[in-house]
Amino acid sequence: MFFQEATPDTSGYMIAGYVIAFILMALYVVSIYVRNRNLHQDMSMLEEMDKSAQLAEEARMPKKSPVKSSNNNRSAKPVTKRSRQK
Amino acid sequence: MESKPLALKILDTVSILLLGIATYLALVYAPTELVMGDVQRVFYFHIGTAWTALLGFILAAVFSVIYLVTKDLKWDRLQVAAIEVSLIFFLITIVLGSIWARPAWNTWWTWDPRLTTAAITELIYIAYFMLRQGIDDPEKRARFGAVYALVGGLSAPITFFAIRLFRTIHPVVISGSNAAAQGSFHMTPRMLTAFFFALFAFTVIFIDLFWNRIRLGDLQEKVEQLKLKVTI
Repeated sequence: MFFQEATPDTSGYMIAGYVIAFILMALYVVSIYVRNRNLHQDMSMLEEMDKSAQLAEEARMPKKSPVKSSNNNRSAKPVTKRSRQK
Repeated sequence: MESKPLALKILDTVSILLLGIATYLALVYAPTELVMGDVQRVFYFHIGTAWTALLGFILAAVFSVIYLVTKDLKWDRLQVAAIEVSLIFFLITIVLGSIWARPAWNTWWTWDPRLTTAAITELIYIAYFMLRQGIDDPEKRARFGAVYALVGGLSAPITFFAIRLFRTIHPVVISGSNAAAQGSFHMTPRMLTAFFFALFAFTVIFIDLFWNRIRLGDLQEKVEQLKLKVTI
């Protein structure tokens, strides 16, 4: 300790280290933000595309007649003797 | 559009506060080391980022095992998030170490066991993202990624123990010593306070970034699903 020189001035390295550390962290946070924003934009665009595609499909489909749909309805109750009497 | 949960907003704010306090403790509160001077102050962030990065790599290996068992893509997204945040933190560790080495060892870089294992770990995880980019099928990508992250996870403990197992010039500040080390120092109580606070702060920051990255992964998944629905 008695023969040691004065503490060297290495503050430049320290500043460089902290500046780079903060820049890297900030860049990462910005990258998360930008990716998030882009994904939200993609999401809303795709949702609109999906909606318009559904509307177009509904417009293209012919309207089903009530008679046909009742014939095709499998979930309807089966016809029994009792139901006929009613 | 889902808004951020309140807990995450609070965690974001707490992380920024903790980072500010950790910086204050490292730059102002902790005393200047007599032999190395101010450059020793990078040590607090160097260890804080290294600890969380290595923890993240090990977490990713654990998520890989869970994915391989359950085949649930949620674990794949957790694994990617852990690796991405850890990769950034470990890059900061390496850069800070290199900046410290210049005045302490008179060189920016040397192929010392610790530095070499750290560089290999960083490269392994950069390659992990390159591997994932090359695979289109989500399940195949997740399976390959899980196996890769599991094997890559071995590099984290090897890097940690490199200074305890091999003869190296890298100092062992916590729990141990190394005869060949250059740039060792003993921590005063104030240095210890700054050190442990930095460890705590970076752990919270890691959790915050990890949570944000998981949300991003979930959103990415939703967009992918919607894209498939629209194209079909």
